[in-house]
Amino acid sequence: MGAILGKNSALTWVVHISVLLLVLLWTIPTVGLLISSLRDKDQLVATGWWPSFSTVERNLIKRSAPASEQLKETGKYLLKGNVFADQAGTVTAFGWRSQKPGAYVPGDTVQMRKGKTLKIEADGRYLLTSPTAFTSKRGARLFVTVLEKPIFTLDNYSEVLFAEGLGKSFLNTMTVTIPATVIPILIAAFAAYALAWMEFPGRAIFLAIVVGLLVVPLQMSLIPLLKLYTNIGIGKSYLGIWLAHTGFGLPLAIYLLRNYIAGLPREIIESARVDGANDFQIFVRIILPLSFPALASFAIFQFLWVWNDLLIATVFLGNNEEQLVMTGRLREMLGSRGGNWEILTASAFVSILVPLIVFFSLQKYLVRGLLSGSVKGG
Amino acid sequence: MANLKLTDVSKVYGNVPVLTDINLEIEQGELIVFVGPSGCGKSTLLRMIAGLESINSGQLEIDGKLMNQVPPAKRGIAMVFQSYALYPHLSVRDNMSFALKIAKVPAAEINRVVEEAAASLQLTEYLDRLPKALSGGQRQRVAIGRAIVRDPKIFLFDEPLSNLDAALRVATRIEIAQLKEKMPQSTMIYVTHDQVEAMTLATRIVVLNNRGIEQVGTPLELYQKPANKFVATFIGSPAMNLLPATVTETGQQTRLSLAEGALATVPIATTKAEQNLIFSLGARPEDMQITETDDYIFKGKINYIEALGEVTLVYFNNPNDSVPIIAKVAGIASFVRGQILKFTVAPDKLQLFNQQGVSCKYRES
Repeated sequence: MGAILGKNSALTWVVHISVLLLVLLWTIPTVGLLISSLRDKDQLVATGWWPSFSTVERNLIKRSAPASEQLKETGKYLLKGNVFADQAGTVTAFGWRSQKPGAYVPGDTVQMRKGKTLKIEADGRYLLTSPTAFTSKRGARLFVTVLEKPIFTLDNYSEVLFAEGLGKSFLNTMTVTIPATVIPILIAAFAAYALAWMEFPGRAIFLAIVVGLLVVPLQMSLIPLLKLYTNIGIGKSYLGIWLAHTGFGLPLAIYLLRNYIAGLPREIIESARVDGANDFQIFVRIILPLSFPALASFAIFQFLWVWNDLLIATVFLGNNEEQLVMTGRLREMLGSRGGNWEILTASAFVSILVPLIVFFSLQKYLVRGLLSGSVKGG
Repeated sequence: MANLKLTDVSKVYGNVPVLTDINLEIEQGELIVFVGPSGCGKSTLLRMIAGLESINSGQLEIDGKLMNQVPPAKRGIAMVFQSYALYPHLSVRDNMSFALKIAKVPAAEINRVVEEAAASLQLTEYLDRLPKALSGGQRQRVAIGRAIVRDPKIFLFDEPLSNLDAALRVATRIEIAQLKEKMPQSTMIYVTHDQVEAMTLATRIVVLNNRGIEQVGTPLELYQKPANKFVATFIGSPAMNLLPATVTETGQQTRLSLAEGALATVPIATTKAEQNLIFSLGARPEDMQITETDDYIFKGKINYIEALGEVTLVYFNNPNDSVPIIAKVAGIASFVRGQILKFTVAPDKLQLFNQQGVSCKYRES
């Protein structure tokens, strides 16, 4: 008995630790994305997100003051200044050639070519000397390795939302997603009630057709549907994509909701019938409130699917500012701004923010709705 | 005038007949109990009266009007379901006013009726709770309240107590009986498989078995004058003992010869044609009296004893059947297993059933 208990508790620990590891594995990329999107773009290029909370060592190229500011003292020409200009900072190494940017320790005086010397202090003050006059108008290049505090900023978000057009695309995606979630639920709930509780000839065949439609790949209907839209004058419009998403979502919606509604206790519906309610009243006053978990779970499915959809949006919407959805915008950015991580990470996070909110606010219904077919009482 | 009349009503599921040619008249103010073993069609019959099941043939009339095709809400009935069937998302008040709201009764009137019904069922303080916050008995009262507010001509109860525990069942049974007393004009039809409920509540009992009605009568009629073997064994607990008996002499009095050489003379008329046939002699356990004389009708070896305090149930092996012979002896008896006992029964309390299971005593009725 004790051995069994011990084994079980060890097993429990294994399960708990595995779950913890899985959760970490799944959430770390998201966390990385969030942190990266909040970082200064220069720091983002220099290091990954994981050391981003500690002070960063970076190699910078600074320039000395131009030749016009040189002084002449005891037969030498001098250039003085601070590599940090007005700010404070710490130099940990420096150099004067790009091959060896961190060759010397702060405080050393280094011999350069043609008798020039360079000295950089840890606080950033530098002193350049030369036996002949400096001529460069841009100043000499100084390579310094500095310690820099982490910088977090919302600039990336304001840039993607307002300068890169992601804000407009966000609204476009909303315009597609909300009706494309609500319309199929409305239709499917009525259909599900009829298929579950109303007696009419051909009901079983109807249901079989709906189940059959679940396995039809939507890709095969894209082009015929677009042709149809063009012929009847809908063209590439929001109405078209709402109808398309509705059609593609309906089989699953009807199937899920019918199973849930068919599982509601028969006596409740009969009781309402004895109480004088007609089918519409039973549906609105009894079935809809009781099916809320199933409705919510399907709403999450449909919302996430439409939100993340690129294929249908590419086919049924144009590529202009008024119709480009967020997934489409992200794809374009990958092409045009592929190197700008601060833009891409911020955009990516904007695009997953809404699904995350939807998921976490409705997740209890998601689990309950998924189990509704198998567990009595839902 | 009959409040409810069933004429040759039948029900078929696919090819399976469930009820065949049911004829029944129910007067206003009666409390009729449909009783029978599971699967006998008693709930189906109730649901046909409610309009939840279609009627394949025959006629259902309520107050003289044909109701076969009338929707449930227009039949003037209210139904209390076994599982209560409360609307789980609505408060007790909304549950009880649902039907009235559908019927577009003015709000003030709804409020008055609901408050009144709630007060009579001691539900006033629970009116704003959801059903899930109520106990089983309270839920059952809400279900009854929901029926009362509609002021129906006929109340239909579908095994309303079977989901309650034993103590609550007795209490709720009494409540239903009191409810009936308060509303003497309303007709109630009550389905149960529990014969105690049937005996205590009913003004008349309808015993159903095997697709049809076996007997209709007051509880005591069914107990004292069972029309056939089924009713005899179904009503009364423990069930009536049936002893195989050969008819040796017919006439106004019938002489019978039983197992173990026992002989009996019963004041039940038989015909010449029934001479030498093997009939069943029925004796209720509570009528079995221990005797020392040779004038016994049953002799057996005790197989099992159940001492209940007020009575002792003594079980004997039945050589002809798997159902044991049971005798109910008053008080605490000091029998031992294996002891041999002889029993006699007052002749006027004996029942005799022919080979078809029909009572010879009440043939004409």
